[in-house]
Amino acid sequence: MHSNGFFLNDVAGFLGGYYAFIAIMNGIAALVLWRKKDAGTWAFVWSVFAGVMMIFASLALSGSKSMVPILPEAIRGLVNNLSGPVLYTLGTTGILVVLYVFRKFFVQPMVAWTVLNVSLLLLGLSMADENFAAIVMKPDNVPIVGLVYLLAFFTWVATKQAVVNDERIKQGLPVMEKVNDEKVLVWPDLVYTELICMIAVSALLLVWAIFLPAPLEEPASSVKTPNPSKAPWYFLGLQEMLVYFDPWYAGVVLPSLVVFGLMAMPYLDFNKKGNGYYSIEERKFSYLVWQFGFFELWITLIILGTFLRGPNWNFFGPFEYWTPYKVEVLNNVDLPQMFWVQWMDQPLPRAPQDAGVLSQIGYILFREAPGLLIMGAYLVVLPPLMAVTIFRRFYAKMGFIRYMVMSNLMLLMLTLPLKMALRWTLNLKYIISIPEFSLNF
Amino acid sequence: MAIGETIRNSQIWKSIFRHPMPLDRRNRIVVMLTNFFLHLHPVSIKKQGIALSFTWCMGGVTFFLFLVETVTGVLLMFYYRPTLEWAYNDILALRDVTSLGILRELHRWGAHAMVITTWLHMYRVFLTGSYKPPREFNWVIGVILLLLTLLLSFTGYLLPWDQLAIWAITVGSNMARATPILGYEGPGSQLLTIGGIDMITDGSDARFGLLGARFVGEETLNRFYVLHCIAIPLATTLLLAIHFWRVRKDGGISGPL
Repeated sequence: MHSNGFFLNDVAGFLGGYYAFIAIMNGIAALVLWRKKDAGTWAFVWSVFAGVMMIFASLALSGSKSMVPILPEAIRGLVNNLSGPVLYTLGTTGILVVLYVFRKFFVQPMVAWTVLNVSLLLLGLSMADENFAAIVMKPDNVPIVGLVYLLAFFTWVATKQAVVNDERIKQGLPVMEKVNDEKVLVWPDLVYTELICMIAVSALLLVWAIFLPAPLEEPASSVKTPNPSKAPWYFLGLQEMLVYFDPWYAGVVLPSLVVFGLMAMPYLDFNKKGNGYYSIEERKFSYLVWQFGFFELWITLIILGTFLRGPNWNFFGPFEYWTPYKVEVLNNVDLPQMFWVQWMDQPLPRAPQDAGVLSQIGYILFREAPGLLIMGAYLVVLPPLMAVTIFRRFYAKMGFIRYMVMSNLMLLMLTLPLKMALRWTLNLKYIISIPEFSLNF
Repeated sequence: MAIGETIRNSQIWKSIFRHPMPLDRRNRIVVMLTNFFLHLHPVSIKKQGIALSFTWCMGGVTFFLFLVETVTGVLLMFYYRPTLEWAYNDILALRDVTSLGILRELHRWGAHAMVITTWLHMYRVFLTGSYKPPREFNWVIGVILLLLTLLLSFTGYLLPWDQLAIWAITVGSNMARATPILGYEGPGSQLLTIGGIDMITDGSDARFGLLGARFVGEETLNRFYVLHCIAIPLATTLLLAIHFWRVRKDGGISGPL
């Protein structure tokens, strides 16, 4: 599996078409720009790029394995060595923050087009790596690649309009959606749009179905456990959370809270602005909370769980071979252990052999006192504290119940990134660990 | 032209379409009011409300994919038997033997696409603030529909009965046994005992209810098949109807006031 034996023969044809597609795409872009008088430089840039992509396409189709363009071995090795859950999470966070802060720059069509081309080129160069292709081209993983590009595209579409609207609001002009509000008849304007959408989706689905066979593995066997065993891709964010939490929280409580929180959203968001048009400035708080939850805690975790988690749920770099023999040191410690044994230098409090039930529970509570105090402070003390400090305006507008629901949902949402940070810095396993009642947190 | 004219003037045609071709303004309005499929729409609409840059057409695409899934799903049911003996072999035959085996590809990729378009639709509704009053309740219905979409996909994942299927479902459903109180490995389930007998065991907990057995087996296949083909689609259809109806009742597609 380490050598590029027969693999490149299989993937070369695909890559040839792929590079040709990028070339045509850029050729059309250059043509469109050239017809607009003032974008001559960009037209030149994209026609040169299209030419390079045509050369890449012919190299891929040349029939010689050594000619297929591929990311240099040194870079792939470096990426593998550098990547890990910490860098991945911090890196994606950093990218998202940069995209948000400099959104006015990134929404410019030529900037967005450059980013698209760079990402497509990197994807193509990576695809010539056998280990990378083995994961990305797995039939059930293809939709996630599509999801990433679709999300990027639509986020661009939305942000572009939001930037324009925010600027107009600042100047006291009506938003673009308001400008464009003359009425038209549904037949033909909407009915035909729907028809064209239906035909386009059908065509896309047919092409997808023709070129990518649905996966079918060996017959089911309840004694042969595959390694790794993964849930369907849309639940892999939840499976990734199992690294940090027990199933009762990661698999049951948190997903229920996500559903509950989504349903509660319209009743918690008291901001009357930003209703029916794209805007960021007018609803920054809700925008940031949403994007954090959606991109950070849902999408990036799905990508991590799908593409970068291999056998034994170990982390693998994008170009790394998924060996089941990779060993990772697990030296995580529970908070009670940390507190009593490491810091207080004494054994964990334990009930005497003949203690009654109540006394046993008392000892458990005593043992877990540090974690219980922390969690108590987090969930009981923090909300009122925030109500009189950073969320004073929110509290005044929302009233007690709505404010409490919102602040608790937000704090529970933040348990995931906080637990991640504690794991990476302190090797903390559980804050509360009561195996007697299967209650670990 | 003469034949077309004759057909359009016939009693049969006129009994189906109670108006002339929608070529002028009057008949373009009438067609929206008299056609069952079109009457979901309003007669006229603000131009920005149908701009693709505003709606992304994602709600419509999701509904269209639901229809694709329904049609291909019904056709697949003619070929597929949900039993340990036949499930895998029937899928194998769809791949290798059956002329219309591509139905399975359409159904599977359509399902993946539907999960994605549902998310994108929700993303768009959030970004335009369209969940705000008066559309709060329709957003709630949308969240339930999202959940049902995921459950439809999850229950369908098991049906090919290959390694990919049963282990994905095993991993997914293992969560249920950690349900607080109701899962036998969940926190608090130890408290539910009567006279020293545990109420929550691996034969009576939430996971057992989901799988119909202690592990993913024939009972699970049957249970997921019924959920996938009948129970969840029915619930989805009902909620879709309410979802669409509420779009109209809550003032149509959202826009600035």
